[in-house]
Order: sequence, then C-alpha cells, then structure tokens
Amino acid sequence: MKSIPENLVCFNTFEADKPWTYETYRKHGGYDAWDRILKGELSPEQVIEEVKASGLRGRGGAGFPTGLKWSFMPRLQPIQKYLVCNSDESEPGTCHDREVLRKNPHALIEGMAIAAYAMGATIAYNYIRGEFMEEPIPRFELAVKEAYEHKLLGKNIQSSNIDLELHTFVGAGAYICGEETALLESLEGKQGKPRFKPPFPANFGLYGKPTTINNTQSLASVPSIIRNGAKWFKDIGVENSGGTAQFSVSGHIERPGNYELPMGTSFKELLELCGGVLGGAKLKAVIPGGSSVPVMPAETILGCTMDYDSLQKAGSSFGTGAVIVMDETTCMVKVLRRIARFYMAESCGQCTPCREGTGWLYRMLTRIIEGQGELEDLTKLVEIANKIEGHTICALGDAAAWPVQSFLKHFHHEFEYMVNNKGRSIVSIDDEVTV
Amino acid sequence: MKTLSKHAKEKIDLLLERFPEDRQRSAIIGALHIVQHENTGYLTAELMNEVAEYLSIPTMQVYEVATFYSMFNTMPVGRHNVAICTNISCMLRGADEIVDHVEKKLGIKIGDSTADGKIYLKREEECLAACCGAPMMMVDHHYHENLTLDKIDKILGDLD
Repeated sequence: MKSIPENLVCFNTFEADKPWTYETYRKHGGYDAWDRILKGELSPEQVIEEVKASGLRGRGGAGFPTGLKWSFMPRLQPIQKYLVCNSDESEPGTCHDREVLRKNPHALIEGMAIAAYAMGATIAYNYIRGEFMEEPIPRFELAVKEAYEHKLLGKNIQSSNIDLELHTFVGAGAYICGEETALLESLEGKQGKPRFKPPFPANFGLYGKPTTINNTQSLASVPSIIRNGAKWFKDIGVENSGGTAQFSVSGHIERPGNYELPMGTSFKELLELCGGVLGGAKLKAVIPGGSSVPVMPAETILGCTMDYDSLQKAGSSFGTGAVIVMDETTCMVKVLRRIARFYMAESCGQCTPCREGTGWLYRMLTRIIEGQGELEDLTKLVEIANKIEGHTICALGDAAAWPVQSFLKHFHHEFEYMVNNKGRSIVSIDDEVTV
Repeated sequence: MKTLSKHAKEKIDLLLERFPEDRQRSAIIGALHIVQHENTGYLTAELMNEVAEYLSIPTMQVYEVATFYSMFNTMPVGRHNVAICTNISCMLRGADEIVDHVEKKLGIKIGDSTADGKIYLKREEECLAACCGAPMMMVDHHYHENLTLDKIDKILGDLD
C-alpha cells in the first residue's frame, strides 16, 4: 500500500517535543502569513480569493465553502464586526478540535487573525466548551498571551493600522451551542437557543453586528493555505474537497485516534492505518461523520473515499469527520437508542417537533428494548423522524431524524428481530433477555 | 448575607473587560463558573442573586443561564464531580459496564451524591470529546481516558 501523507496542515507541529509553544510554531513557518499581512503585502480581497480557491469547506459539519462565507460580510461598512471561532466541539465521536487547542493553538490564533483581517473584524472570540477547562483552555489562553507578547495581536499591530483583540469565551455544557446562532446567544449570556435565519449572522450577528462564525479546524487550516498557496492545499485533496481533514476514529478500532489525512483517502486505507477492526472482528457499520449523519453498512463504506462527494453519493455525509466504527457484535437497536437519548437531552425545547419528537423516539426505542415493542412501532419511528426533519429552526431536528431513518433503513431486520423476540437482540449470544 | 468573595469579584471584573461596556450579560456564564467553583461545585439562590446584583442585571437572566447549561448545579452536590461519558464511542468501548461498576462501588445511582458529600455522580448526556480515548470520564474537569475498572478504582480511591 502506498503511504498516505499525514499531518500536513493543522497537525504539522505534532512531532515536536512541545508542539504548542510559540517557538515550535514559528519553526514550522507559523505566523509567516500574518507577518506578510502586517507588512501590507496582502489585501483582504486577496486573502478571501485565496481561501476561496483553496477549496476549504467548513469542517464543523455543514461543509459550506469558507471563503464564500467570508465574502458575505459587509467588510467596508464602518461598524463593529466580529469573528467568532466555534470550539464548542461536541458532536458525538468528534475530538479533533481538542487536539488543535491542546497541541497547535497558535495555528488557530493565526487563522483567526487572518480571517478577522479579511472581514474587517477587530474583535474575535473563541467560544470553547466548558468541559475543556483544565487543559485545552489554558493552553489556548497561554498561546494568546504569547501572541500578544510578540506583538501579533492588539491595537495598531506593529504599526500596520490593523487592530485585533482576541478573547476566549468559556461555555458551560450544551450541545446546541455548536449551532452558530445558539452560540451567539450563549456569547451574549443567554440560553443557547438558535435564532431564526434570516437574518444571517453576517448581517445580524453578535450584539446585532455583522459576525462570522467558523469552526476551529477550518480557521486553523487558513495559515497553511496563505503560506503555501491555495493550489498546494487544493491539490492535497480531491474535487470539491480541498486539503486535509482530521478524522477522529473511534469505537471498535484497533488504534483509535485523530488522523489528519488528505481528503479523498479511501475508507479502506483509513481502516488499515488504524490497524483494522478491534480484535480482527468483522465490520458491521460505520457512522462516518459524527452521530448526526446517516449510518452506513460495511459493504457501502468499504467502497467509499472519505470526502464530501463520495459520502453524499453513498447516502451519508462527511459531517465532522468523526468515524465511528462498529463491529458485528454491535446491537444497532441499542446504539440508536443511545443516540436518540442524546438528542432528547440536548434539544433546546424551542420547536415542538424536536422537543416532543425526540422524546417519543427515545421512549419507543426503550419500549422495544424492554420487549414491549410492536412491529408497527418501526413504521411509526420513521414517521416521527420524518415529521421532525425540516420542521425546526435549526439542524438539531434533522440530526435527530437521520440516525433513526438510516438505522431502520439498513438494519431493519435487527429491530424486527427484537420486536419478535421480546427484546432479545439479534447479536446476543445467549438466551438472556438484554435490557 | 453577602457571600460573593472579593476574589470572585476581581475575577468577574477581568471577565467584563472582554465585552463591550453595556454587555455585562455576556459575563454571566463565566461568573457562574467562578462562584460555583468557590462554593464546592454548586450554585445557591443567594449566589445567583449576588451575581445578578454585581452585574446590574435582572436575577431572572442569571437563573435562566444557570438552569440551561449542564455544567451548573443548582442543588447541593458532592464536592468531587465524576462524569462518566456514556455517549456512542464510549458506549461501544464498555461505558455501560463502567457505570454499573461505579454505581455499585459507591452505592448510589447516576445523578446522586454519596451520603458523605464526597462524590457527585453526574448524569453526562453530552459527548465529552475524547472519543479516541474511550471509555473516558471527567473527574473535577480532569479527563481520564482509556479506562479500565482497576484504573477507575484507583482514581476514585485517590479522591480526598
């Protein structure tokens, strides 16, 4: 097998002894791009064009082209504008932003600085989930302090006429705050309840001012793009999926971990790189992009490459690049119930279909596991999911619906078996009724 | 009775510098983290009222936040916060067995605190974003990854 290049972009300092320090980052070409901007060598338009040409798409899950998003900001309007980084990493299965915060925080700071400059924002916040309080947040804050000390942030930075104040904001536990308008509400000190769109944040964002929210990995990829050129980044990946992506590979896998690999790496190569399925077991299914995206049976994903187009064509989605691997012993009913419980607990409660529907899904799945299910429940589960999907303010409703639809589509026989056998799982090896 | 410490006020003042002048509401979450930490892991009505007073905002705005976010406890809980992640990646690596083990060991159910006020066994719904180190748990903000039952016994045994 040809070797796959690893750690080309955000993880490029990871081999170093202390990958998170200013010195290490500098040794890897860090802040070169920001230096050029501070010297006046790159206009905001040039930066936006470069990011557009790189093919970088939002790594938070939606995959929206980053450069295009930046171009929506009313850059020249003489009002306060904000940049917000979304480090509220909480999509189940996803844990690579934590790696960037812990091991290469300066890449994120430089990426935030470049983005803020391109959009005319002079204040930036990094919203980091509260659970990261002990290690990732202090690491990031230390790096911010170093950046100020080296005069890379502040007022009229190195007499460039560029201003940027960068602050950390610590969240307090709410999956919904990963949704960008909920995150803004949270930043304003309110409950994290998503806003109606339009107006979009680029027009009415934080404190009602133009704001752009980007994911941690997206922003941390920007310095490499400006440093090495859009073409370099684009050519690492494949058509419609430029650059690298960070894959958080978890579940039944021999070597779980975060792998930064070229977009378009085949699933087979990824699996091999991770040492294969745990204990050499047979692969049953994979959720390729965090718990919200549709599950894929082994035979489907084994024919896929890991990029936006390939996974979409196969009926799922790239999502956050969180690859959750399940072997043949996995009970799909129980996995789905756990996913359903999560969305029930994390629904903010604003929209009736989501608030009520997620609870129905969880309780019906519990009933099936407890041996009280009926075959018509299986149809009803999909009907409820269909009635949540597309009928809510934000995408949490869709995220709650897709797993139900896809699990029942691909593993209907497991649900049927459990209903017919009073709660016994198709994978249970004894006669014990498993609850 | 005033319970907001001088130290807490100083830390809140530092937080306020991060936001525009009339946007002190943005400091609620940070302020609640500070006072909860000082009060061994939970918030009281008095503390929330004082945060509101200190920030010059209605008390309701503070209550709304305190009750929405899962890291805030508005009832007394044990001083050590133990949160076992049971989300999908951890579940696939045995989180349910870990929960059973810890519940038996401590003699309490998820969501309860031990009678001596030492350990609060939090119900963790959210994924804690350490999926590649599954199964994992967070004890007083510290992440413990690749757990085994022996490892857990040691971690819990070392708590004072």
